[in-house]
Amino acid sequence: MIENRPGLRLFCHAMLLLSVATLAFPVWIAFVASTHTAERMLAVPIPLWPGSHMLDNYRTVLVEGVAGASTAPVSRMMFNSLVMALSIAVGKIVISLLSAFAIVYFRFPLRMVFFWMIFITLMLPVEVRIFPTYKVMADLHLINTYGGLILPLIASATATFLFRQFFMTIPDEMMEAARMDGAGAMRFFWDVVVPLSRTNMAALFVILFIYGWNQYLWPLLVTTDESMYTAVIGIKRMIPGGDASVDWNLVMSAAMLAMLPPALVVIVMQKWFVKGLVEQEK
Amino acid sequence: MAAEKRAYFPAGWLPYALVAPQLAITLVFFMWPASQTVWQSLLVEDAFGQNVQFVGLLNFRELFVDPYYLNSFKVTAVFSIVMTVGALLISLTLAACCDYLIRGAQVYQTLLIWPYAVAPVVAAVLWAFIFNPSVGILTYVLRGWFGVEWNHMLNANQAMTLIVIASGWKQISYNFLFFLAGMQAVPKSLIEAAAIDGAGPLRRFLTVVLPLISPTTFFLLVVNIVYAFFETFGVIDATTQGGPMQATQVLVYKVFHDGFKGGDLGGSAAQSVVLMVIVMTLTVVQFRYIERKVKY
Repeated sequence: MIENRPGLRLFCHAMLLLSVATLAFPVWIAFVASTHTAERMLAVPIPLWPGSHMLDNYRTVLVEGVAGASTAPVSRMMFNSLVMALSIAVGKIVISLLSAFAIVYFRFPLRMVFFWMIFITLMLPVEVRIFPTYKVMADLHLINTYGGLILPLIASATATFLFRQFFMTIPDEMMEAARMDGAGAMRFFWDVVVPLSRTNMAALFVILFIYGWNQYLWPLLVTTDESMYTAVIGIKRMIPGGDASVDWNLVMSAAMLAMLPPALVVIVMQKWFVKGLVEQEK
Repeated sequence: MAAEKRAYFPAGWLPYALVAPQLAITLVFFMWPASQTVWQSLLVEDAFGQNVQFVGLLNFRELFVDPYYLNSFKVTAVFSIVMTVGALLISLTLAACCDYLIRGAQVYQTLLIWPYAVAPVVAAVLWAFIFNPSVGILTYVLRGWFGVEWNHMLNANQAMTLIVIASGWKQISYNFLFFLAGMQAVPKSLIEAAAIDGAGPLRRFLTVVLPLISPTTFFLLVVNIVYAFFETFGVIDATTQGGPMQATQVLVYKVFHDGFKGGDLGGSAAQSVVLMVIVMTLTVVQFRYIERKVKY
């Protein structure tokens, strides 16, 4: 700090504290709602301080689910989300690591064609190819399967580019030394490239786990069976259209549960998360 | 694109095997469906798929005279501009405060970044609950203290406000992180030199820090617009579903709505192609900028 300006410092603290409170406000309200009875949540004004039904509510949603629109227990949905998020994160990292390695360390016919094909996937988000992709899934009998949830989201140009960029920074001497010692390409991959990429993998894992956990449009299309819903889809389905009676206490309990895993990942792995995000700009 | 390696492993079948998984997925789930979308946008099909006819650009011509579609363009533009500018300004202010304080910056960072982890749909469900016309806490406050009747199911401006808040909420965290990282990378010596020349904190921020982080700002501008265009589907679906009276019918939601609920596959495919052109433009803009940055 250059000069001492208590007024400005105070202003900064005030701004930041106010924003922290504003950002947390919706989650606080959701938490409070998840600790009251359904009847209490219909009486205006709704409470601002936690009640005593927290355990009941969370047990209900985890074991029985919310009566009405969706009957699958939230524990089942969270399991589906976990499978989806983990598979997407791990799958994307493996696939991208392999293809980036091939593109950087080999010279072969069609290399640039492959590179551009991967690049183009950046320009084709699910939203612009919804129906034909759905048809492909139906033809392959992947509706309501984990494969259907995971496979279309597993190819990613960004992860490939990130690894490609990183491989470029590995000194050529390392590879020359490895070849001199008689190591083949795969040996070099396992013994040099993979260990060196560990930090990047951790950073990418955090970002991709959140990406996978929070997917909405795609799971909405490929899951029609309640036992295959992900947590995010489940919550949306718990709120019927219009203003029909909603058990807000249960919906908010489910929402709290659905937010918990990705939020924990971000907070516990904050260092990797920040690195993984900021890296995207490079 | 960056430089190439000096030496390579001997080719053969290995590199093909290594790129095979990614290529297979790209072909089956990206290339093929995308080409189908383009093809379908040139066809007219009846609701049962019995009668298919090639019509060239007719679907596009119809699209650009359809008042609902043009309205959707306007809605998307208003939504993405308001959300992007709002989220950028708020996060820029917060990052500047955090950067100025130094001590406590780490704690504030932890407290400000977690909303990024919340799914857009879940964020939308939380905000829709707070603004719920009958039990929402803010609805109650607005009615009791300000005499404002809040009902985003009926009022177009309120619906737009709700989706801007619900989508912008988590973008603040994202932008904040990038701005803070950018500001922390500004050399301290420059700031000190400006201070010696008599520039106060605000002056230093406007004339030294802001120009130096302009690449970050530009990057965030593109990313936020892409987010507003494509990733807010869940927000709309969980709050307004495009209503009231199409007031929040953004392009992505309209594609889904017309295709699934309306059964107009040709028209929906034509809309998808328009969206594809938009993403391509944004991607090219972003990469042009990255290339330029690498040079200097």
